[in-house]
Amino acid sequence: MKKIKCALIGSGNIGTDLIYKLQRSPLLEPVWMVGIDPESEGLARARDMGLKTTADGVDGLLPHVLADGIQIAFDATSAYVHAENSRKLNELGVMMIDLTPAAIGPLCVPPVNLKAHAEKVEMNVNMISCAGQATIPIVYAVSSVQPVGYGEIVASLASKSIGPGTRANLDEFTYTTSSAIEKVGGARKGKALAIINPADPPMMMRNTISCLTDDEPDQERITASVLAMIKEVQKYVPGYRLVNGPLFDGKRVTVFMEVAGLGDYLPKYAGNLDIMTAAATRTAEMFAEEILAGSIQLKSLEVA
Amino acid sequence: MSTENNLKGRQVVIHDMSLRDGMHAKREQISVEQMVQIASALDAAGVPYIQVTHGAGLGGNSLQHGFAPHSNEEYIAAVAGKMKQAKVSVLLIPGLGTMKELQSAYDAGARAVHVATHCTEADTSPQHIAFCRKLGMDTNGFLMMAHLNTAEGLAKQGKLMESYGANTVYITDSAGYMLPGDVKDRVAALRAVLNPETEIGFHGHHNMGMGIANSIAAIEAGATRIDTSVAGLGAGAGNTPTEVFVAVCERMGIVTGCDLFQLMDMAEDMIVPMMEHMVRVDRASLTLGFAGVYSTFLLHAKRAGERFGIPARDILVELGRKKMIGGQEDMIVDTAMTMAKERGLLKEIEI
Repeated sequence: MKKIKCALIGSGNIGTDLIYKLQRSPLLEPVWMVGIDPESEGLARARDMGLKTTADGVDGLLPHVLADGIQIAFDATSAYVHAENSRKLNELGVMMIDLTPAAIGPLCVPPVNLKAHAEKVEMNVNMISCAGQATIPIVYAVSSVQPVGYGEIVASLASKSIGPGTRANLDEFTYTTSSAIEKVGGARKGKALAIINPADPPMMMRNTISCLTDDEPDQERITASVLAMIKEVQKYVPGYRLVNGPLFDGKRVTVFMEVAGLGDYLPKYAGNLDIMTAAATRTAEMFAEEILAGSIQLKSLEVA
Repeated sequence: MSTENNLKGRQVVIHDMSLRDGMHAKREQISVEQMVQIASALDAAGVPYIQVTHGAGLGGNSLQHGFAPHSNEEYIAAVAGKMKQAKVSVLLIPGLGTMKELQSAYDAGARAVHVATHCTEADTSPQHIAFCRKLGMDTNGFLMMAHLNTAEGLAKQGKLMESYGANTVYITDSAGYMLPGDVKDRVAALRAVLNPETEIGFHGHHNMGMGIANSIAAIEAGATRIDTSVAGLGAGAGNTPTEVFVAVCERMGIVTGCDLFQLMDMAEDMIVPMMEHMVRVDRASLTLGFAGVYSTFLLHAKRAGERFGIPARDILVELGRKKMIGGQEDMIVDTAMTMAKERGLLKEIEI
């Protein structure tokens, strides 16, 4: 079966884990890995896994886009360079999946709004953050039952699973995730907290989602909605698991989740890495299905 | 005896925590009027730095950490406007507070800051420390739960914070776990690697009754800044009590520039009457110190324990075993619920 050819930009934790996810996909084929350091471990690993590589950034990839038929690119670099990467690739008709906190395109949480983005043939969709992917489905599950005035999420992450880029830019993570709790999760106000825990052996990714409903929460319907949403996420992240709750406390609804990864590039504790790469892969697959079925056609953007 | 002689004439800067760490002991419920009254008394007693925010610092107002009756900016502006000599400081934990909140705290009058990370995660603070320095604030890198890292490890982390721009690096005994020897080793290791102009601070909790002894040990090893709270008003069994510390310093000839009797009167007449519970070493706070658990977990564990029928001590010991750190207050209810299920007190949800 024909597969859609993909390029990965950024050879850190996320980019490397994506290789594993894409190589398993029936619809996607990772062809290029783009880095900036010829000596980097990530580029060497990509070569070992059969990808073409360049250490010249996105500019090193551009001359090969048309010849190699690249149609989807994943950007796992940083918010600062994403806009430029996206512009250059969009010009060549490549659809961009943004795994940085840049968020210049619409925010995507697959079980909530992926279908809508694919139908609109968005040329750039943003995957928010690992914490966003792990928590926004639950906020949405509550807000789709009754109005949520405030949604707050706490993500605890194993220190070993957090790369230098995220560490140096925690504010971007906070801003992007908080805003997505509102825009995608449906809470009128959102707040995101991140804690990096160095325990050894490393702790599994944990997420606590709290929502304040306007009226008394309908316990039965909210519980059913949350459980149904967990099943949806489990379709692409099997290790997404309810630990405790939903706990009802006046108008406060609290859900305690754990995310175990598949253990592809980093061990299972790094559920945060997995949920991000799995969501990005799922997103790309949805676009790939439509491209292969001929129902959507990517086209290069007119750039003024 | 030799110790007292060694420290004679040493200058130490007191950084008071009553209105920030003390917020934890008051479930974040201190009014603006109380803050202004207490800060004014501290200012009059010569305390040079006064920290004023939500207990969890900038961005702290949350379901996770509780909501204070006023915004951080309201507290800071009200207090800063009344200070004659003291500088108002704030706490910022990256991942919770952001640079937007730093800017608005500065605009409200804050001129000093503790930028706090867990003791192994200093590299989550470069943006914030650099930003504080750019604003011209007195910038302290604050390595929390310092008992969970070695002296050498802390030296490396402190060096990172210095490289981002911190003018002081703190050893922070958030769990009140350390003994004087632990403090000395850690401060000495920092002193050995930091630039001579970079100061070292110590922030203690009194959970093992070591607040004063640890602070003196830190000074012996080269610390020049000590965090304290009047009557110990702070999380767990409280911080190093300001008035007791100043009294010990006077006896040892350490110069703090603070008025002992004014601080004593404040403790007795102002702070103790506002305590909701006696802030002291008791069964639960001693458990924190003994097990090495974040002091702020105390009241959360008591509440979760009552709700789910699990003794607070059992929850705290389990949190210590799971190596939970500051900021993971959500894991207290989670742990209590899991323990309640194991003990047959709570039913598993049907999936």
